[in-house]
Amino acid sequence: MAVLRIENLHKSFGTLDVLKGLSLSVEQGEVVAVIGPSGSGKSTLLRCATLLETMDRGTLAFGDSVVAREGADGRSVYVGKNELRQVKALFGLVFQNFNLFPHYSVLKNIIDAPICVQRRRPDEVREEALALLDKMGLKSKADAYPFQLSGGQQQRVSIARALINHPEILFFDEPTSALDPELTGEILKVIRQLAAEHMTMVIVTHEIDFARNVADRVVFMAGGVIVEQGRPADVLDHPQQERTRAFLAKMSSVNP
Amino acid sequence: MPDFSNVELIARQLLGGLWISVQIFVLTLVFTFPFGLVVALGRMSRNAVLRNVTRIYVSVMRGTPLMLQLLVVFFGPYYLFGVSLRNYPPFVAVIVAFVLNYSAYFAEIYRAGITSIPVGQYEAATVLGYTKAQTFFKIILPQVIKRIVPPVTNEVITLVKDTSLAQVLAVQEMFTIAKQLANAQSSMVALVVAGVFYYVFNFVVALVMERIEARLDYYR
Ligand SMILES: Nc1ncnc2c1ncn2[C@@H]1O[C@H](COP(=O)(O)OP(=O)(O)O)[C@@H](O)[C@H]1O
Ligand SMILES: [Mg+2]
Repeated sequence: MAVLRIENLHKSFGTLDVLKGLSLSVEQGEVVAVIGPSGSGKSTLLRCATLLETMDRGTLAFGDSVVAREGADGRSVYVGKNELRQVKALFGLVFQNFNLFPHYSVLKNIIDAPICVQRRRPDEVREEALALLDKMGLKSKADAYPFQLSGGQQQRVSIARALINHPEILFFDEPTSALDPELTGEILKVIRQLAAEHMTMVIVTHEIDFARNVADRVVFMAGGVIVEQGRPADVLDHPQQERTRAFLAKMSSVNP
Repeated sequence: MPDFSNVELIARQLLGGLWISVQIFVLTLVFTFPFGLVVALGRMSRNAVLRNVTRIYVSVMRGTPLMLQLLVVFFGPYYLFGVSLRNYPPFVAVIVAFVLNYSAYFAEIYRAGITSIPVGQYEAATVLGYTKAQTFFKIILPQVIKRIVPPVTNEVITLVKDTSLAQVLAVQEMFTIAKQLANAQSSMVALVVAGVFYYVFNFVVALVMERIEARLDYYR
């Protein structure tokens, strides 16, 4: 069964139709890279999947938990508040700007939600968080505050925060775009490691080479739909669609 | 040559008044901190009625003199409803008027603080499953408090001095007493001593606020 299943997703802001009937299924252990021009709706797609936006139409399900289905009039009908909160333990989202809580220490950023929201045992969560930090190379930073960390370190903390509840799937929205070029490598390395551990991931990125290396599937979005998708070598090296070709040509001229 | 021989006596009487001033100060803050927050939330509410009511409230409270508000709160009930003033101590009117007035200013400070928190903080909290209340009280409010300490310090210092306005309702706070002494003795000495006391009061207040600011300095 697909870890994530989105069908016929429509989303508009006022008169602006951003997503126009988009469908995307992600299998267990699959790494999907989403590329596409800015404004094509990539963030909106992730925001709908992570319940930050409500879909106008369409179906959303994580495994066998159906979050929203199309009602009789075609509009999305969501499950109740309590079910939604439980669904949130099934996924994690890593933001472009990290969005760590500045008043919490690194450790507390990671363990507060599992303890206060999921009601997990504090000592167990703590131990797990420290192990995660160790894995991220940040063991010594557990008691530091976000402002004392580099952007790359902050992003690694935010990845640990997203991982602590053992999500079924992890979403990344341009996780390296806010970082200095010399810091993007450390984040890509972490994601690559997660891929090796068969973490299911959907990664919006501008790093074409990274997408080629780490993704099982590349999805090219433009104008609120998926224009083309497939194995990285196919989509990136032998694109079938003119819009894909134009986008990739532009990317390689900006980022040779 | 002014007569300083009875300064000790004056100081002792003023200290009694200072105690009342401190009570006004503390009670006003105790009620204003939460009530100002409620008004701020009203100002930012999705409900248009609530938004407009609080907007007008803030506008009136900031646009009219506190001294006038004191008089209205004390005498208003009598003129409006013919309610007897016998069970309505002026001290209560002073607290009510101060809380109503200062809550308007605090509401605007809270509002500025709340709107300055990046939307990403709400989004991160939402994705992690925090409820709306948890998000506000655990994630947003602590950051707001840190940001509003400097403007709150300004208001608190002004409040120390504004307690002297309670004299219009003849509440026996420090300034009322100082004026009575000055009149009786035909001398400025009581007023000068009162000035020194206000200054010391504010010095302590500023020190406390500085401490609070320093304690919140562990993050940025
Ligand atoms: N909350 C919103 N309100 C109005 N318009 C929005 C909102 N969020 C996104 N948009 C618009 O939707 C379009 C797609 O945005 P986005 O999903 O962020 O694109 P991408 O991430 O691919 O760059 C853009 O034109 C953007 O301006
Ligand atoms: Mg985006």
